[in-house]
Order: sequence, then structure tokens, then C-alpha cells
Amino acid sequence: MWPIDRRQRQAGVTSRSVEGPLIIAGRVGNRRTITAACPVALDLGLRVGMTVSRAQALVPDLRIEADDAGADAAALERLALWLLQRVAPIVSTDPPDGIVIDSTGADHLHGGEATMLEALAGKLALSGITARLALADSWGAAHALARHGADGVIIIPPGGLEAALAPLPLEALRLPAATVAGLRDLGFETIGDLMDQPRAPLTRRFGEALCRRLDQARGLTSEPIAPLRPEGLIEIRRAFAEPVAAPETIARYIGKLVVQLCAELAAKGLGARRLDLLCSRIDNRTEVLRVGLAVPQRDPARLTRLFCDRIVTLDPGLGIEIMTLTATIAEPLVPRQAATSLLEETAPDLSGLIDTLSNRLGARSVFRFAAVASDVPERAIIRIPPLADTAAPGTEAWPDHWPRPARLLPRPELIETMALLPDHPPRWILWRGVRRHVQCADGPERIFGEWWKRDAEAQAVRDYFRIEDEAGARYWIFRQGDGEDRATGSHRWFLHGIFG
Amino acid sequence: MPAVRPALAELRARIGQIDGTGARQHGVLPFGVRELDRRLPQGGLSLGALHEVAGGGQGAVDGAAAACFVAGIAARMKGQVLWCVTQADLFAPGLAQVGLPPERVIHVEAGDDISVLAAMEEGLRHGGLGAVVGDVARLSMTASRRLHLAAKGSGTIGLALRRWRRQADASDFGQPTAAMTRWRVSELPSAPLPVPGIGRARWLVELIRARAGDSFDLELEACDGAGHLRLPADVADRSAAAAGGRHIALS
Repeated sequence: MWPIDRRQRQAGVTSRSVEGPLIIAGRVGNRRTITAACPVALDLGLRVGMTVSRAQALVPDLRIEADDAGADAAALERLALWLLQRVAPIVSTDPPDGIVIDSTGADHLHGGEATMLEALAGKLALSGITARLALADSWGAAHALARHGADGVIIIPPGGLEAALAPLPLEALRLPAATVAGLRDLGFETIGDLMDQPRAPLTRRFGEALCRRLDQARGLTSEPIAPLRPEGLIEIRRAFAEPVAAPETIARYIGKLVVQLCAELAAKGLGARRLDLLCSRIDNRTEVLRVGLAVPQRDPARLTRLFCDRIVTLDPGLGIEIMTLTATIAEPLVPRQAATSLLEETAPDLSGLIDTLSNRLGARSVFRFAAVASDVPERAIIRIPPLADTAAPGTEAWPDHWPRPARLLPRPELIETMALLPDHPPRWILWRGVRRHVQCADGPERIFGEWWKRDAEAQAVRDYFRIEDEAGARYWIFRQGDGEDRATGSHRWFLHGIFG
Repeated sequence: MPAVRPALAELRARIGQIDGTGARQHGVLPFGVRELDRRLPQGGLSLGALHEVAGGGQGAVDGAAAACFVAGIAARMKGQVLWCVTQADLFAPGLAQVGLPPERVIHVEAGDDISVLAAMEEGLRHGGLGAVVGDVARLSMTASRRLHLAAKGSGTIGLALRRWRRQADASDFGQPTAAMTRWRVSELPSAPLPVPGIGRARWLVELIRARAGDSFDLELEACDGAGHLRLPADVADRSAAAAGGRHIALS
């Protein structure tokens, strides 16, 4: 789908159906064949590999564009660079239409593997890219599952590789077409058929590539990813004559690399926003540390500390032979005039603390809340980066005339009540198995659904009450619906918050 | 400050220096309620120290009143507040109503208690924050001592909001810690109103333990829009209007 997506993104087409079916035509020998087709064209029965003349006979108003592999590859590389800056330090293109990411050690910064993939799928979909994502222990398996697995996001837990690979067709192994055809002739259909076969006859007949690909997919042989490096990237590399493994030694060399990197950054007037440390081990694996910064920085002491905090997560194995430090994202950092302490008290600089915490716990875990113009309580708050400028126009405060609870339950909990409809608070509520008699109450505060945003909420109403039981505990409860018209809600009661 | 003889005050200062209560170096934050401040050893909550707050009854699980109490203290400090939690159920508009607007709070959501404690310690050592709050269930002697020393070094007030998954676990609150004071805040029925409705919230504020001080309990009206507590009018033996001064009545 990549060539199609690329052209449609270039043309700025948002709705695909408007322009009619689109195919990309390439030349194989003397024949013009389809190399890619958009979903509309696929629905009309066109297939990749079909000749163009036949396609034209089937679909009269077909748009045909010439294959441009060079432009596709260049665009794929740009996408890979974008992923490099956002997702993980080791990213490479997997031509013609794939990208491979080594997410080891990067997933916790995005809130876990599932969250990371979902966010990534969402971002790609927003940019108009049809992508299938798979995460597995080996490059080969992820490659196979992304192309021949089920639709959507696939995550294979560690150890589940063989079972996931077994039902996939032989094409998933990245083998030459001739080998696949030869294996088919012998009666092999899936990867599972191949797994338990004696290897010597297979190697003799098809060459060593077959067993190597099989081992790579099963994660038995390593397959390093050559990371993509953009031009002009600030990179400091150090190779060791003797491999290093002790944490103190690693820390010392990190310090040296950081000082060199900061000198280069200073010469260019830049500050780092994201740094990657790649450690190549002697067993041909790469360990990765990535640190992010809230504001551009080039202070060696601070950057060194951020790395040294995380040395424990680095597994040096038998030793590290090459350490590479890169400033993946660098932004201009020019000297600024400091405010004088005579006129006004300067606000303490919290960026160091925020960097430490967000590198330890993940960037999503350190945040600030800001107001959103919405009456629905759970949508009235948004998480923003801790150093975001809240004084900027467009940020507002919550209205102060209705009391709001100190704790809001992650989702409203269903309670049993006895209440007079339509506009009285309940007499008692039953929440988490405890019955509470309502002594006094305030309300209702009626909140209408946001019909201008969601169709499902066109008539929705919530009536919020603040109630107090005989012990003095104060709760925030609401009834779905206005108490008269069933169309406005189910008339069930929920507990949503707890007041102090 | 209660009136004490100079010799006694000097002796206290020397003891304070030895056992490291830290109040002398960093000062105190008075509550602005005379009944309360009078009974605290230094006339307020000492800065540069760790304090513990828990909710009573159901509040041991939800920690709503304790959160408001802590937010009120943090609101009266200057500067940014670091609030570390494991359960993300803090509602920012509710905090804004006790005087802690969202632009003053940096939230940290950590996976477990150990990360919360580490984040708190990091915040306390930084020194540029107004207050550091952490929702923790287990607080061992060692952990609390680390936090207390970090707070003492920088002068930032540390507030451990004790909160447990189950009410039965709240017995943990009896275990000794290095905190300067230990508070329990329980909800009480609100101030009666002449009309149907809920009046200003009231709390039973108990000081369970204080270093070099006595424990007591007091019925108080909950934090107002600026984080100030107030003595209920019927207890204070004067009308609510006369209580004026720095208390802003917002109920």
C-alpha cells in the first residue's frame, strides 16, 4: 500500500473514494503489470500482478500512475527518520514497503508495548498511512506477521514465536520466488511444515539462505538492524581495544562521550532534546539507552547523570566494544540573558528534575493538567507536558461555581439507589456492597451531552448530585437521563467522585 | 508560638539541632487557626521535614479528605508542587477549588510505591519546589528517614499521603516512621444549613503523633478556596463574621 499512500498523501487527498480507483503500473520484462492498487481498485477485483491492459478492460475509468521506486524509497526513509525521532533509536527501512524498529528498551517510555503500538498505529492512520504492525522477538517473525498475519496490531509474547509462525505461508520467510515455488512443488505450504524437516537435504537443494531465513524468523540466529542515520546527525563514536563491561567503566566513558558531544553541540549552537546511546556488544547485539529532555540542553554533567541513572538497565553481556552517542533530536539553544534577582524572584529551574523523572518513569508519567472547555467532567482535563506554557492564550480555568470532588473514579461505578424521579436526590445508595443513607444533598447539576462532537450524545443528559451520608462522607453521583424521558439516558445511577 | 521561657527555648533549639528536627533552620508554616497552631510544637508545620497524613474510616481507601488537607497545605506554600501517585484518580478541578491551581502542580504517575518514594526523594532533594506530595501505602522507617533527610537538606516540605488498597491495611498507620507529624483527617457531617443542601465540609483533624509535641484532635471546617482551615463558628465561641481576618469564607 505504500506507493498508493505516498501518492495520496502527496496529492493531499483525504477521502479516497472521490477520485476513483488508482493503480501503479510497473514494467516486468515486456509486460506492464500492476505493482500496487488502492482499496477501491482492489474491491473492483484488480490484483497486484495483473496486466494493465486487462485491468483497463475490467475498469474503464482507471487512473494509472507510473511506478517510481526511487521516490517511494526516499519517502519511506523520511518516514523512518520520523519514527527514529519518536519511537526508538534503532530504525531502518525494510524495502520496498516496510520499516523495522528495534523497540528493546524503548517501550517503557511509551507506556508499554501495547500502548506504544496502538499510539503508533493511530499516528500513522492520522497521516493517511495504511500500516499493519507486528511486534515479535525477531525481525524475521515481525516481518512475516506484519505482512501475512491478521489485520491490525499483533503482539507476540516472548516464547510464542513458533506457534505464531507455523500457520504462515512460505512467502513470509523473505525467500526468493524460485525457492518458494520449488518448496511448493515438494508439498510444503506453511512455515510450520518446514520447521521439523531435516535440514541437510533442504540446504543441498535450495542453498543455505532457506535455513538461515528460517532461523532468523525463529530468533535462533541474530540479525542485526543497521540503524538509519540522517545526514548532519551529531554522533560521537568510540571503539574499545578491550571490551568494557563494568558499570563504572561504562559510566566513565559515557561521561567522556557526553563532553565531546556537548562540545560539538555548542559549536553548532544546538541543544539536545533526545539522546541515544548505542552499545555494540561483542556478541553482535546492540544495547540501547535513550534519554529525552524537556528543554534543549548541552550541560555535560546533567546529561551524564541522566545516562548514568539508567546504566543498570543496560546489559553489557560479555563486553561492549563500540559505544555511539547521537543527538537524535537537536534544537537551537542560544545563550539567554538571565533575569536579575534584584527586580523579580526568578522561578527555580525544574527542567533537570523533570528530565530525571521522565527518563526514569517514562515521558507520559510526568505531566500537568490543563483545562479543556467541556462540561463533561472526565473530558474537562487534559494532560500536558510539565513545562508547557500554560499562560498561552487558549488555556482556560474551570468554572468555580460548582464544587468538584478531590477524587474522580477512573470510570463511574454503577450504584443501586432509591430516589424520587425526576429531580430528587436518592434516599439511600448502595455502593461496593455498603448501603449509605443520604442525610442531605445538593443538586441537580445538569450536564448535557456534547451533541456537537458525538452523535451518540445528541440527547444525553447527566444529573449530578452531591450527597452526604450520616457519617459525613460526601459523594458525587449522577443519574443517566433527565428522569422523565428514556431517550436522554438509562436512568441508572452512578457514583463518580468523592469529596474531601 | 506559645510563650515559653528563653532558657527552655534555647534548650529546645539545641535538642532540635542534635536530633535534626530542622524547624529552626527552615521555619514553620502556621495553619492560621490559633487553636491548632497553639498546640503544635513550633507553632505550625515545620518546613524541611516529612509529615504524614491519612484519611480515617473509608478515607483510608479513597483519601479524599486527606488529599484536600494536603492540597491546602501545599497551596499555602510558594512555588511548584510535585504530586506523585500510583492511582490516577486525583481530580485537578477539585484541587483547584482548595487553592491549588493546575499550573502549580506537576503530577507524576508511577507504577508502584517504590517509584513514588524515589520520585518524592528526587523532588525533595531538588530544593526548587514548594512542596512534594506522594500517595503511598507502605512507608518503612528507612524510606521515611530518607525522605525526611532529603527534606531537611533542601528545606522543602514533604507530605506523605498514606492511602491503602483495603481498609484493613490501614493498621499499617500504627507502624513507626521518621515523619515529624502524623495526621488523620476524617470527614464529619457538614455545617448545618437552614435550607436543604450541604454546608461547608467539616473534618475531624487528629494529630496522632508529633515529635516533641502532644497529640490532640480538633473539629475543623475544610479548606476554603485558598487552602485555609477554619474553626467552626459554634466551637470558636464567636460568630462566623467576626472570624474574618485572613479567612475567606467560601462555602
